[in-house]
Amino acid sequence: MSHREIGDMILAVEDISLAFGGVKALTSISFDVREHEVRAIIGPNGAGKSSLLNCINGVYSPQQGKIRFRGESFTQMNPHRAAVMGIARTFQNLALFKGMSVLDNMMTGRNLRMRSNLLLQALHFGPAAREELQHREFVERIIDFLEIQAYRKTQVGRLPYGLQKRVDLGRALAMEPVLLLLDEPMAGMNMEEKQDMCRFILDVNDEFGTTIVLIEHDMGVVMDISDRVVVLDYGRKIGDGTPDEVRSSPDVIDAYLGTTH
Amino acid sequence: MGSFLETLLGGLMTGMLYSLVALGFVLIFKASGVFNFAQGAMVLFAALATARFAEWIPHWTGLSNKLLINLFAIGVALLIMIAVAWIVERLVLGKLVNQEGVTLLMATLGVAYFLDGFGQSLFGNAIYKIDVGMPKEPVIALEKVFDGGVLVSTEDLIAALVAAALVGLLALFFQKTTTGRALRAVADDHQAAQSIGIALNRIWVIVWSVAGFVAIVAGVIWGSKLGVQFSLSLVALKALPVVILGGLTSVPGAIVGGLIIGVGEKLSEVYLGPHMGGGIEIWFAYVLALLFLLVRPQGLFGEKIIDRV
Repeated sequence: MSHREIGDMILAVEDISLAFGGVKALTSISFDVREHEVRAIIGPNGAGKSSLLNCINGVYSPQQGKIRFRGESFTQMNPHRAAVMGIARTFQNLALFKGMSVLDNMMTGRNLRMRSNLLLQALHFGPAAREELQHREFVERIIDFLEIQAYRKTQVGRLPYGLQKRVDLGRALAMEPVLLLLDEPMAGMNMEEKQDMCRFILDVNDEFGTTIVLIEHDMGVVMDISDRVVVLDYGRKIGDGTPDEVRSSPDVIDAYLGTTH
Repeated sequence: MGSFLETLLGGLMTGMLYSLVALGFVLIFKASGVFNFAQGAMVLFAALATARFAEWIPHWTGLSNKLLINLFAIGVALLIMIAVAWIVERLVLGKLVNQEGVTLLMATLGVAYFLDGFGQSLFGNAIYKIDVGMPKEPVIALEKVFDGGVLVSTEDLIAALVAAALVGLLALFFQKTTTGRALRAVADDHQAAQSIGIALNRIWVIVWSVAGFVAIVAGVIWGSKLGVQFSLSLVALKALPVVILGGLTSVPGAIVGGLIIGVGEKLSEVYLGPHMGGGIEIWFAYVLALLFLLVRPQGLFGEKIIDRV
């Protein structure tokens, strides 16, 4: 089905613990992600999935543990540095630039790659105009890919929810990330929208070779599209492996269905 | 008819200057959600720096070309305002990321008092003149259309043109440049902006520098009209009703709001003054802002905030 090849380890989370005051959000979590794979983090609500993602992306700083990304090891990250290193993300509760058009939202994803000086940009002159054009072409490819050509100039705040989610994904893709973090990409979607989103995720992985880490609490969808799955419950890792391994693990079944004592 | 037009023009030109100060507020509010009480102090600080350096530069360098001197003085003032922006970000705002709006507001009040005091101890507290060589002679226009024509102050006219050019420049900057796009992005959503690699602290330095530049333009224009003195920082108080009227987040709002208030206060002074007693000019803006707060709190162009319950 796909001609991507799972490569070496690209991201390793090592023994991460995170607490907010007395509340332990994450306790000694370790897992790794290999190049080109689709890695899912699942778990019931409040299991610490988003916290984990926020540690990788540098929004939170874990009190303990290390994160290794492409050979570099760090205990503290910040979102800006993460972006520079090639980590992009989407948000569970959309965080789009609502006042801007779809195109402009995506163009902001190219920001880190823009080089020409302000004055030339303002005048739309020479190398700046060429550069803008190049980035624009790249963004147009993503727009085509996500099938949102018709909404290019529409203000993002006016689009329906499902399309906004696509724009959120598009903005992250515009960064040409090495690692793409998706925070509940299918939350609040109907079946059809979910299927579309699954298709986009698989295509991104396949066509651009992007490594993807995604969070979901809907187990069914995730199992079909991911290579390996981490299961969290109350901030602890209770399962890690291929979808089939995870599905048959007694701990995971307990967490999802409850235990009878 | 002639006198009506004169009042209208006078109002438009004062309004343009209010807009300039209001623009400083809007820029900073848009990019950081901070209501910057120090904008007035920045205008004073910038004007003081320009006025004093214009005095000092000929002493130091023996330069005598007025245009060059003024350009240099403005250049130095710009560097100073950029330094102020950087220091404010480093020492004040950078430490208060994600704090309540009120906290940030109080912090800018502190910055305002600091700049007022520091500016005057650095540059002196007398009344200084800025002379950018604007023609003071009024001209008479439309003489053929009405009897007596319309008296236009050339100084005001040039000031209004400069202000309009500045607004155009800012619009270009916001709409066409990568940095402008980044600024709009930060204004919409801090978190998302960070996640795509926009460095918030850099953006804040830029936006405070731009606000500093706007403060220089406003300071030079007001200063050359009225002289540079402490009361200049009170101009900011007139900009408050302007942003309430126009909407805190809207650049066109700042312009239109400024014009409405400028024209409104001049017209009401001339036409209502005789019936109601004078001094309408002083309170007109505030009463108008009050009415707006009651009827349309988001202002003319502001975004209506609808909270999900």
